[in-house]
Amino acid sequence: MDYSIKIGGEAGQGIQTIGDTLAKVFARSGYHVFTHQDYESRIRGGHNFYQIRLSENHITASKERIDIIVALDRESIVQHEKELTERGLIIYDSSVLRQNYREPHFMEVPFENIAVKSGGKIMANIVAVGAVLGMLGIDLTILHEIIKDAFNKKGEEVVMGNINASKAGHDYALTNCQRCSFSARNVHKTPLLPLMLISGNEALGLGAISAGLKFYSAYPMTPSTGIMNYIADKEAEYGIIVEQAEDEIAAINMALGASFAGVRAMTGTSGGGFALMVEGLSLAGMTETPVVIALAQRPGPATGFPTRTEQADLQFALYTAHGEFPRIVFAPGTPEQAFFLANKAFDLAEKYQIPVIIMTDQYLADSQWTLERIDLNSIRYTDYRLRGEGFKNLAAYKRHAFTQSGVTPLGIPGDAKHLVVTDSDEHNEEGHIVEDAATRINMLDKRLFKKLPLIKQEIDPPVLYGNNNPEIVLVGWGSTYGVLKEVVDMFPAKRAAMLHFSEICPFPTTDKFDYIKMLDNASLAVCIENNATGQLARLIRAETGFEFKHKINKFDGRPFMVSNLLGDLTACIDRL
Amino acid sequence: MTDYRGQHPAWCPGCGNYSILKAFKDAMIRLNMEPHQLVIVSGIGQAGKFPHYVRCNTFNGLHGRTLPVATGIRLANHEMPVMAFAGDGDCYGEGGNHLIHAIRRNINVKLFVHDNQIYGLTKGQASPTSMEGIKTKNQPFGVFSEQLNPMALAVALDCSFVARGFAGETEHLTWLIEEAVKHKGFSLLDILQPCVTFNKVNTYEWYKQRVYHIELEYNPEDRTSAFNKALEWGERIPVGIIYQNHRMILEERIPIIRKAPLVRQSVDLLKLEDTLREFI
Repeated sequence: MDYSIKIGGEAGQGIQTIGDTLAKVFARSGYHVFTHQDYESRIRGGHNFYQIRLSENHITASKERIDIIVALDRESIVQHEKELTERGLIIYDSSVLRQNYREPHFMEVPFENIAVKSGGKIMANIVAVGAVLGMLGIDLTILHEIIKDAFNKKGEEVVMGNINASKAGHDYALTNCQRCSFSARNVHKTPLLPLMLISGNEALGLGAISAGLKFYSAYPMTPSTGIMNYIADKEAEYGIIVEQAEDEIAAINMALGASFAGVRAMTGTSGGGFALMVEGLSLAGMTETPVVIALAQRPGPATGFPTRTEQADLQFALYTAHGEFPRIVFAPGTPEQAFFLANKAFDLAEKYQIPVIIMTDQYLADSQWTLERIDLNSIRYTDYRLRGEGFKNLAAYKRHAFTQSGVTPLGIPGDAKHLVVTDSDEHNEEGHIVEDAATRINMLDKRLFKKLPLIKQEIDPPVLYGNNNPEIVLVGWGSTYGVLKEVVDMFPAKRAAMLHFSEICPFPTTDKFDYIKMLDNASLAVCIENNATGQLARLIRAETGFEFKHKINKFDGRPFMVSNLLGDLTACIDRL
Repeated sequence: MTDYRGQHPAWCPGCGNYSILKAFKDAMIRLNMEPHQLVIVSGIGQAGKFPHYVRCNTFNGLHGRTLPVATGIRLANHEMPVMAFAGDGDCYGEGGNHLIHAIRRNINVKLFVHDNQIYGLTKGQASPTSMEGIKTKNQPFGVFSEQLNPMALAVALDCSFVARGFAGETEHLTWLIEEAVKHKGFSLLDILQPCVTFNKVNTYEWYKQRVYHIELEYNPEDRTSAFNKALEWGERIPVGIIYQNHRMILEERIPIIRKAPLVRQSVDLLKLEDTLREFI
């Protein structure tokens, strides 16, 4: 069983409500779910869609072909009718679309009329949810639990209205769907266990919370805003301050101030906002102040495609900021990686007193995945700060004292009579401005040369999925993880493997896993990236000397889809 | 006083900053504050070097960005007095946006602006408070832009404490610093400070002829008269407390830090299991 559902319509019509509710029903029923969204930069109107795939097996990407289209506008039909599978159906309300479609792959469901009879026009979306579940043969028990959770506060009448509306939609579909051959009924003897459904942005926010995040300052910017929304929702529960800054320059400087004062701090933005933060990034480097920055990419240059996806800021994140200082760059490929890399980012930022950048993009930020669980035994939390009695009892303290490892314990200002002094100017061990050459050399030795080898040891090698001795290697980073994994599984005779980089800077050594040898031995190594120039391919060449002969680049602002990518790869193989 | 003795200043001989330094140290002693109990945040410019000469906790950050850093520190630890030192270029030019929003937030940070109406460190260009018509190397036809009036700007934004001092009157300035620190709320103290090297117009003499102490009977809590007072510039320049109100500070509005500062709160990860269940 592997179905895809697309809900299309104008912004403001409730696509998100229908999509989120269906996805939650499927996940709670124990199906694996993958959702992704495509929306325009507007509050009302335009054409947007929400795509859900569900299966009994693990799935990690969206498919091109759709089984059920819920068309809330005519544009949904114009744009997506061609995506229907042979068994596929489009459901629509002719009173909303002001048009009737007679072909057999259309089914009229009078969403609004049914809703009015059940208690109000406002419930049209829940009628649609009920109808889709009816078409799939899924009963309404779980949906009704979800309705109760969501509307209990609004009173019994609202709950019952929604339940009745969903039943009416469900019954309508059962009675009228002559062509429905879908069956999502559980054929297994044992019941499926409910799964978690989590988006990239939520997972990243939760990962930060799992690392003891206390302060988040940001200026809203798509597609990073979801991180701030999630953390703000948990503010009271976990004792976190979320401050909306006047601009991204303030956002990173506030985070640095909070970090200097002794709490774990983070900011988040997209490319344009990150450009404004760059001087602050350099300040973190000079003052050795830990900070975590989420960089959720969207297509540039400038404002670009504000609501779409691209992986074109890798070189920017790696090299931006004046001066030379160590940094870490992570690029998770799944919500699970986003959770654990956010957790690791805070640990390393504080352990080495450096900035850590976590890169995602709109595709990962907004897509939802199902997970069996997140293993909390694997999270790290060590407080590396010098605070309270421990700080008071020190005989002397210099904020930037030279040490064997280059790391000086980070004292909390005000906790002891020892002063904590730092400066964006070059400074001495106490933290005061200096101009002399000898101190400059020693400080670079401390900040950069001593720390860097230690940081390198913390970086895990790329993930290998598939054949251990592959003929074909698909190489990628960040959000392409899911699609590459599914494409690997589709190759006949298990000839292929995926090599996925999620810890990118410092670039992973080949000590633990000689991935370069693997690339050399493969008959085809392809670097696949959601950008125009192949930034990872260029980085791998710079770092290892390995040059990709084949690259697949997609830079239309849309994510890779499984069968299109498979087609591109097949063409690549045919040319060999 | 020796507790506050920092590095040897790198300012020009005769610079107005020396009296600000003395007034600040005197005020701290009178307020019974010890250096390790406070943090000074500064930016870039001659004012940016201030904390190095004071011996206190210090974050000497970027040009124009003192207030965001100070805000972050206060939100993380609101039991610690946080003061920001900036010049007119730093605070009214590069960081103007942050000033507006720090005033709006009413974060309890004390901002002391060394206002010499010129850029010193970059050697003599116009600043936002340079008077119209003043000629510099970079403005050979004179400054075209209207002079920024920080006092009127602050009163217009309902800033919690608005005052002006003069580096030529150290005793009065010490009193103003004390009042600014004692006031609960965001405090802006603009300090007229002659640049003896690059500003040949706004000299000690120029200020001395114009500066007058705000009358004893003046009520700084009346915003309308405060706005009139703030507009005075030219033949007579008022120094003293121009405006103050008792708005609630940001730190008091945040429920999370009502019981203890953020930095003293423990990290509770036991709730994570429950949070994970919310995704089912």
